[in-house]
Amino acid sequence: MPRTIIPFGPQHPVLPEPVHLDLVVEDEKVVEARPSVGFVHRGLEKLVEKKDFGEFVYIAERICGICSFIHSQTYCQGIETLLGLKAPPRAQYLRTIWGEFSRIHSHLLWLGLMADAVGFESLFMHSWRVRERILDLIEATTGGRVIFGACKVGGVRRDIGAEAARHILAEMDGIEQDARDITRVFLGDSSIKVRLSGVGVLARQDAYDLGCVGPTLRASGVAQDLRRLGYAAYGELQFQPVTRAEGDAFARCAVRCDEIFQSIDLVRQALAKIPAGEIAVKVAGNPKGEVIARAEQPRGEVTYLLKANGTKHLQRFRVRTPTFANLPAMIRLLQGCDLADVPALVLTIDPCISCTER
Amino acid sequence: MAYFEMSRLALQWAFAKPPTTRYPFVPRRPIAGSRGRLSFTRDACVYCGVCAKKCPTGALAVNRAQKRWAIDRLLCIVCACCVEVCPKKSLALSPAHGGPAVTKDYELG
Repeated sequence: MPRTIIPFGPQHPVLPEPVHLDLVVEDEKVVEARPSVGFVHRGLEKLVEKKDFGEFVYIAERICGICSFIHSQTYCQGIETLLGLKAPPRAQYLRTIWGEFSRIHSHLLWLGLMADAVGFESLFMHSWRVRERILDLIEATTGGRVIFGACKVGGVRRDIGAEAARHILAEMDGIEQDARDITRVFLGDSSIKVRLSGVGVLARQDAYDLGCVGPTLRASGVAQDLRRLGYAAYGELQFQPVTRAEGDAFARCAVRCDEIFQSIDLVRQALAKIPAGEIAVKVAGNPKGEVIARAEQPRGEVTYLLKANGTKHLQRFRVRTPTFANLPAMIRLLQGCDLADVPALVLTIDPCISCTER
Repeated sequence: MAYFEMSRLALQWAFAKPPTTRYPFVPRRPIAGSRGRLSFTRDACVYCGVCAKKCPTGALAVNRAQKRWAIDRLLCIVCACCVEVCPKKSLALSPAHGGPAVTKDYELG
């Protein structure tokens, strides 16, 4: 059978992110996918030499437009470790609440893109309608819709008062009901099930060996969730990682559906347990030493390496985003799939190429 | 396997009020607490320059001798750092977004 190479991306109507794939096909079957990235590199890591460690929070937050808050949170956690600081308990709870808001809005965005990729455009619009509710909540509590700007070294910059907390709880009830309506379609409708079940199967051992993270790993049956390390306020909240055993595209969709409800539950728990007190501590001195900070983003584990030499500018800053860890798995998923399944399979790892390239 | 799961949702929303508004004919109501646009009150300012020093993007320029405060709207990321550090509370954020910046010049306060 003759082989043909089909270039796919970086600009393509069904691709949400600028990744280029050379798809080696035999008839309609993909036998190999060769990826190339590097179209949206912004050189953010180098900027640590120009911005001081306090100002750099705003740049860390701009690494990704979806996981923005968790990027700034991870960066602040790393700097606080270097400075020997601990953010006050109330700030830790607020970071947890905003982090879960990020997760809900990221998963709803992904569900919409998934619905669009399988040709279910009305469901795509409903997913994004629900997402608007959580974006309004983010705007009301932090001041921004995409870039929260609420995290700083030593704590957070805004508080959530009693009235705002009541508003959040009321909205959570509404968002939960809306999310149930749309996830019932995602998990129950025959057209989505037929399209995604048994497609792009990633076995448990393969997912582990390829170094997958986040929902991609959990959908293959590995119960790994960085939030169980207990950073921020997660150590005081009750939750279990959402897992599925099947490892196919439908399982990755189902894990994200269930994680929306897990996040809503975590927000409720955090608001019930949030202690009173300060939201930030005073920062004195400059960071010195080397630290690795980790956190669970909607797409999986993010790792920050921060190296400081006692001046106000960091010496080295390095980020490994979850998409980078999931790219080898994506290449494995594409081997042997139908050409028509490529957009859906690329989407199932929830790629964020601009955050991978920074 | 279920069929027509979407029908209930579609029927429900066929008769519900639309969640969208007819922008720009119906302007978007700003959400309280939103970081919309930075505003400057000249009367209270002592031109100390703390806001310009703390601005993470260098969008502000303060000249104490000439008593001038200016902002580059294209650089401002509306982070509210300047609002937090202003000793005279002459800077504030309004929840409504302003019009787009059309020139690269500094806007005098």
